Amino acid sequence: MDWRDEGIVLAARPHGEGAAVVQLLTRDHGRHAGLMHGGDSRSKRGIVQPGNLVDAVWRARLTEHLGRYTIEPVRHVAAQFMDDPARLAALSAACAVVEAVIPEREPHPGLYAATGALLDALSGGERDIWPAVYIQWELGLLHELGFGLDLGSCAATGETENLIYVSPRTGRAVSRAAGEPYRERMLTLPSFLRPDGRGGGADDADFAAGLKLTGFFLARHAFDPLDRGLPAARERLDVLISRSSESTESPSADC
Amino acid sequence: MSTPEIERLADLLAKLPGLGPRSARRAVLHLIKRPGQLMQPLAEAIASAANAIRTCTNCGNVDTVDPCRICDDPERDRSVICVIEDVADLWALERTASYGGNYHVLGGTLSALDGVGPEDLRIGRLVDRAKSAQVTEIILATNATVAGQTTAHYITERLADAGVMISRLAHGVPVGGELDYLDDGTLTAALKSRREV
Repeated sequence: MDWRDEGIVLAARPHGEGAAVVQLLTRDHGRHAGLMHGGDSRSKRGIVQPGNLVDAVWRARLTEHLGRYTIEPVRHVAAQFMDDPARLAALSAACAVVEAVIPEREPHPGLYAATGALLDALSGGERDIWPAVYIQWELGLLHELGFGLDLGSCAATGETENLIYVSPRTGRAVSRAAGEPYRERMLTLPSFLRPDGRGGGADDADFAAGLKLTGFFLARHAFDPLDRGLPAARERLDVLISRSSESTESPSADC
Repeated sequence: MSTPEIERLADLLAKLPGLGPRSARRAVLHLIKRPGQLMQPLAEAIASAANAIRTCTNCGNVDTVDPCRICDDPERDRSVICVIEDVADLWALERTASYGGNYHVLGGTLSALDGVGPEDLRIGRLVDRAKSAQVTEIILATNATVAGQTTAHYITERLADAGVMISRLAHGVPVGGELDYLDDGTLTAALKSRREV
């Protein structure tokens, strides 16, 4: 049997001398692995860099086989921001998280579209848009896994204004007044995620708060059941942004 | 009907890159037909190399002496260190004969997927070397891959307070390359790295 689909490269592991086992997030076939002959060769290694958009043909005698990929490049995404450590770290983190938590061969067209939008944002020139898109992407991933957060109204009072916390217990937003007694235990709701927030972009402090928020729930709902921590690439993104946020003065004093 | 010695030799040769069981048997037959010209000298060369070759504790290069001949060469510029992933990259740079500084072989790249962290690479030793008074520049020559550049960014971060200039190899159009045949990623990198003429 065989199929043809578009996909995003998540990982390529060397197999034998020149081949690679390539993991793709495909539009119609979900996360799907396959053997690519020459995938680890000098001429083809560039095609299967994480984040690249590809056109893939998968063939196998039986559906349960690993199968073989024939992959053509569509867009080299990572090459567009190799010199930007934060964007590169975000790309690596996104690929590592998807590879770890999305079950194989289960279509997630919504996640595929969202990941495509994330890659577009990472490739775009605007500095302040992609961090917000990244956090929205992780929130979407949590939703896709069945653990979406409810950030629209306060869990305690139902109000939709002055939402500045997220309850680590319920994953729901909490208003300033209702959360004040428990502020030490609350997670910060970044301003760009608030219903009354400014929307659009996120500065480093907002991005760091967003990573803490989604990282907490990803760890609890997606990684703890697998008995593993967040991927090293995701941890590195967190450290990189936290350090950058500490070195610049935070303008979001209302957090 | 081959002997156990021949079988063992073929099995070992088959583990080499580019050789499978059939080609390993052909290589064994070739060696057997030229015992004095090839087999004996090859066995001696392998035994000699196995006994003599060691990894340089300073830079990670392979040589028969420690520190290696490159680290020990007074003619080389010790103020510049070129950081590379593997010894093969060192050999490639040496072939150009256009670099006269020292090297630092990392031994791989950071890879979250394969569980390779900073502690598995020779990054700590690089930081120590960069902080020595005579070093003024570190050239990051890791591969233009996501893993290679992630490693380069991590090293840049670690060397932030070392007080040395950090540079990296240019990415772009190869010599003899035609724009029409380049992938969009390479072209984008080339455009970003353009310089005034």
